[in-house]
Amino acid sequence: MRVPVEWLRSLVELPDAVTTEELADRLTMYDLKLEEIVGGGLTGPLTVGRVLAISPEEQKNGKTINWCRVDVGAQNDPSVPDAPGEDVPSRGIVCGAHNFGVGDLVVVSLPGTYLPALGFEIGSRKTYGHVSDGMICSTTELGLAEDDTTAHGIVVLPAGSAEPGDDAIELLGLGDQTLVLEVNPDRAYALSLRGVARDTALAFDVPFTDPADREVPSTDTAAYPVRVEDPAGCPVFTTLVVEGIDPAATTPAWMAKRISDAGMRPISLTVDVSNYVMLELGQPNHCYDRAKLSGDIVVRRARAGEKLRTLDDVNRTLSEDDLLITDDAGPIGIAGVMGGDRVEIDGTSTDVVIEAAHFDPVTIFRTQKRHKLPTEAAKRFERGVDPELPLRGAARVAELLVELAGGTLAPGATVVGTAPARKSVSFPSELPARISGLPITAEEAQDTYERNGCTVELVADIFTVTPPSWRFDLNDPYDFVEEALRTAGYENVPSVLPTPTGGRGLSRSQELRRRVGHILAGAGLVEVTTLPFVGPADLDKLGLPADDARRDLVRLANPLSAEEPGLTPTLLIGLLRAASLNIGRGHESVALSEIGRVFHPREGSPAAPILGVDRRPTDEELAALDAALPEQPRHTGFVLVGERMRSGWTGPGRAVAWTDALAIAKRVAGYLHVDLEVASATLAPFHPGRCARLSIDGRVVGHVGELHPKVAETYGLPGRVAAGELDLDALIEAAPPIGPKPHFSVFPVAKEDFAFTVDAALPAGELEAAIASASPLLESVRLFDVYTGDQVGEGRKSLAFKVRLRAEDRTLTDADIKAAREQIVAAAATLGAELR
Amino acid sequence: MSAPNSDYDPVEVTPLRADEVDRMRDEALAAIAAADSLDALKQVRIDHTGDRSPLALANREIGALPPAARKDAGQRVGQARGAVNQALAARTAEVEAAEFERRLAAETVDVTLPVDVEPVGARHPITTIQEHVADIFVAMGWEVAEGPEVEAEWLNFDALNLGPDHPARTMQDTFWLDPESAAMVLRTHTSPVQARTMLTREPPIYIVCPGRVYRTDEADATHMPVFHQVEGLAIDKGLSMAHLKGTLDHFARAIYGTEITTRFRPSYFPFTEPSAEVDLLCYVCHNDPAEVSSCRTCGGEGWVEWGGCGVVNPRVLVACGVDPEEYSGFAFGMGLDRTITSRYDIADLRDLWDGDVRFTEPFGVGL
Repeated sequence: MRVPVEWLRSLVELPDAVTTEELADRLTMYDLKLEEIVGGGLTGPLTVGRVLAISPEEQKNGKTINWCRVDVGAQNDPSVPDAPGEDVPSRGIVCGAHNFGVGDLVVVSLPGTYLPALGFEIGSRKTYGHVSDGMICSTTELGLAEDDTTAHGIVVLPAGSAEPGDDAIELLGLGDQTLVLEVNPDRAYALSLRGVARDTALAFDVPFTDPADREVPSTDTAAYPVRVEDPAGCPVFTTLVVEGIDPAATTPAWMAKRISDAGMRPISLTVDVSNYVMLELGQPNHCYDRAKLSGDIVVRRARAGEKLRTLDDVNRTLSEDDLLITDDAGPIGIAGVMGGDRVEIDGTSTDVVIEAAHFDPVTIFRTQKRHKLPTEAAKRFERGVDPELPLRGAARVAELLVELAGGTLAPGATVVGTAPARKSVSFPSELPARISGLPITAEEAQDTYERNGCTVELVADIFTVTPPSWRFDLNDPYDFVEEALRTAGYENVPSVLPTPTGGRGLSRSQELRRRVGHILAGAGLVEVTTLPFVGPADLDKLGLPADDARRDLVRLANPLSAEEPGLTPTLLIGLLRAASLNIGRGHESVALSEIGRVFHPREGSPAAPILGVDRRPTDEELAALDAALPEQPRHTGFVLVGERMRSGWTGPGRAVAWTDALAIAKRVAGYLHVDLEVASATLAPFHPGRCARLSIDGRVVGHVGELHPKVAETYGLPGRVAAGELDLDALIEAAPPIGPKPHFSVFPVAKEDFAFTVDAALPAGELEAAIASASPLLESVRLFDVYTGDQVGEGRKSLAFKVRLRAEDRTLTDADIKAAREQIVAAAATLGAELR
Repeated sequence: MSAPNSDYDPVEVTPLRADEVDRMRDEALAAIAAADSLDALKQVRIDHTGDRSPLALANREIGALPPAARKDAGQRVGQARGAVNQALAARTAEVEAAEFERRLAAETVDVTLPVDVEPVGARHPITTIQEHVADIFVAMGWEVAEGPEVEAEWLNFDALNLGPDHPARTMQDTFWLDPESAAMVLRTHTSPVQARTMLTREPPIYIVCPGRVYRTDEADATHMPVFHQVEGLAIDKGLSMAHLKGTLDHFARAIYGTEITTRFRPSYFPFTEPSAEVDLLCYVCHNDPAEVSSCRTCGGEGWVEWGGCGVVNPRVLVACGVDPEEYSGFAFGMGLDRTITSRYDIADLRDLWDGDVRFTEPFGVGL
């Protein structure tokens, strides 16, 4: 809301000593937050001048400049020679514009004038062979709103409107300031000078003149007949008629200025008067050309397929939920949003029907959203317009039309409906103090409510308060707490630290997620956080087959980009994008990790119910909400490119390999005390022969391995790329609450080596597992060599293990060791392994 | 070797003469002293203590002496041999120590050589600040609550007194799941977590909810469609705006230092009543008159907008199953991304999301 300070001061007896900044500060603390103060920066000798002589001088660059003598009254400098008409006291000024003539009244910024629109102070300077003693100003230089009459040129004041030497700052109101206030949606009343002025008066404790407090015409006779078919949508509808206005009458400058300072464009007298009253009182209203109306005005909902051409020259198809203003010939306006062009006031209109009404906020809100028409009227109606205001607002419009356009008010007034009575609210008188934490007494609270227009009863420490018609934000007891607090001052609320009775600390899952974050950083991975928006192209880049379940995205109805309509089913997309960005920016090696959610649609795509809010939903209702939500487990993913160990003076490094991804997964699982089962798998986007499926007790929790070379190439990643993704929620769920008990023997160890030849296809892990469970004396087994070649023959490979044997209770004997070796060899033999 | 003789004259057995024994000893000691390597010492050991060394040969002569002379000569030669052996051992230890020092000296390295062979990881500052904030509240006895990012419309809006026709709902630029009739959104704030907590737990409740939230803003230097918030909720008997103020003061000091305080400005949120914006005393200029006018962080205001807060609207309590006659509460919420960007003077929010390791690495595993 833009509030011209001069206009505001005309409604409130604000002491002159209060600066605009102080006014803004106080209003900010009164819930009318200042966004900015505009205007008021223009200072210095800005003066009205009369052009005495113009001498056009053509320049070498082809441009013609005007060397002018300008009479600026008391500001004249008679000593300046070298000019036409120098015998007359004046000043010489060079001007490049041509839209003015001798005798015109212009605005001159004499040396020392600061023009905020230019951002500098005007000086006396030599130009085009003359000393130009100031500047003749244009609209833009003065920061005036441009309209059709003044656009792009020198401001020429109406003849006789001023004298040379007059202060032009005051004359043009250029010193006026405007407050730009952020009005919260609950304070609908503050979308008017009336509302802001009332709050200003309360904030400064000064008298306030309610501009809506006026005589209204008698309703004994009708003005223009109205029928309201939908009283719920339109509780109050008023018409007045003004006859015989002068269609040529123009808007006075003071009104045009207030309207443009308030952020609207002056258009024509009738429109300007209508807007002026909306700004002043907060009552949107509409003027129809009576000659173009046929029959009664009827307020009703639109019929299916009904159409209306609105004032913005758009043909609109209406919805059956839209509330319409109609006459016998059809719609003449969308109620509370925008009028139609059929009954528009034009240059020949003389008789005006003024409409002022109160509409249901929800109806207006839906309609303006449906038609994308957040007009000034709709903005007010959807938040709530004082239902007691329509007749008084219409009367104010009529008064101004009579005064400025020479019309006469036709007798009578039509008023259909009455303002709904406000419900009173009861609450304990100590509630404001209890909830605000400030010692607000019942007397103080009562005073605040009454000064805001409420009627208050206080009986047995219970307030019963009836809010005024314009306060749509006062409905619940706590609303009155806020009102009392606003007066008592938010800045005065004391600071008291509450003392909860002991929390349980972080949850197990929260604690373990932190642990995993540290493990990943400890493994040399840099954490990233990426956007979850993806599209089919991303899935193609991963090489997902057509029937891959991950192609079924959780989709957005209104994605930012049509190419990325879905939420990611895998962290690898974000990680690969980030890896690609790093490589693109010149990094040779990069190792990234992320912890975040992935999204999978729920089977059957259920909808979430919309529940009531008047009670707690049942557990079943809440379960139905959760059942509709997509699955969105937390995952952790990682991508490694380049060297895992850097090469340098210490020797060659080591390139990233599939093993790095598996090692990281095992490290994470190990620190969570979870055993991962590792098995070969084929899954995009991994290398078909270099992918491990990881499971816990048969439940798949992730895949790791080498990225498919084609995928790496698509993302511009060099060399072999390791990647992996784990279902972190599943890992954490599997993590035991307590880790394994430390357990070891202090008796001597026996170290035995074994080399087995096996079928080349046998997974080493299977043989290792067989060995590990072969003997109760086995402490550990570690594969240390894999060999294929001539010595073991085609289709075979050699796997060599170091085994450590140790007893819990004694030193092993040769016989013990021999028995254990035999058990191991026998166990290996069950997998076709032969001891070499 | 001389044979024993009967007309023994010890003076005449040259090797056993005192001066001769002294000479042999001194010769040996000189050779030991002159030896500067273990190899040289090995030779000295052979020359002067070996079987063929002069003192060993002299020792053999003793047996040939008459018994009366044996003691004297034996003592003389024994002392000499002892002195030589002792000197040899001492010198060997010395040379060994010197050689060890030389070897260590030869192994001297250039410690300024780079050693960054292993990759160094880092954690994202947004992760760390969420944990930091959680810790501040956990230390006060609060708990950390979490919830889904794709959320039911009812929990994101209706339960929070944002009905379908609430004008404030247009202030939220919401991502809707397809189709819109599915009534699910990407949560626009972490407030649905507050609702979920009230719906599933009995008061007293003291929780903070850090997490990702979504708005339909195109990504640019100052906007992202995804950002991070922390919200707090306290529900207990007798809570007021004063407890909210106390909590936010404590929180602000824990994050920005003890000189920081907060300021309430009236505002409007559907889920709180009364509602306030909370400003922070500028953490750069502290509203110091000498510095505030040129402060870029607060733009000369002395205060920086921090977040929104207020007393939980009883309508929200009712929808979430909390009896407003018995309990009251407060809630607050603020963005975390800006805490990072303003503290580290990061001009472009997209830096948090691009994943360039040069952004994250300097943070290490902390802030």
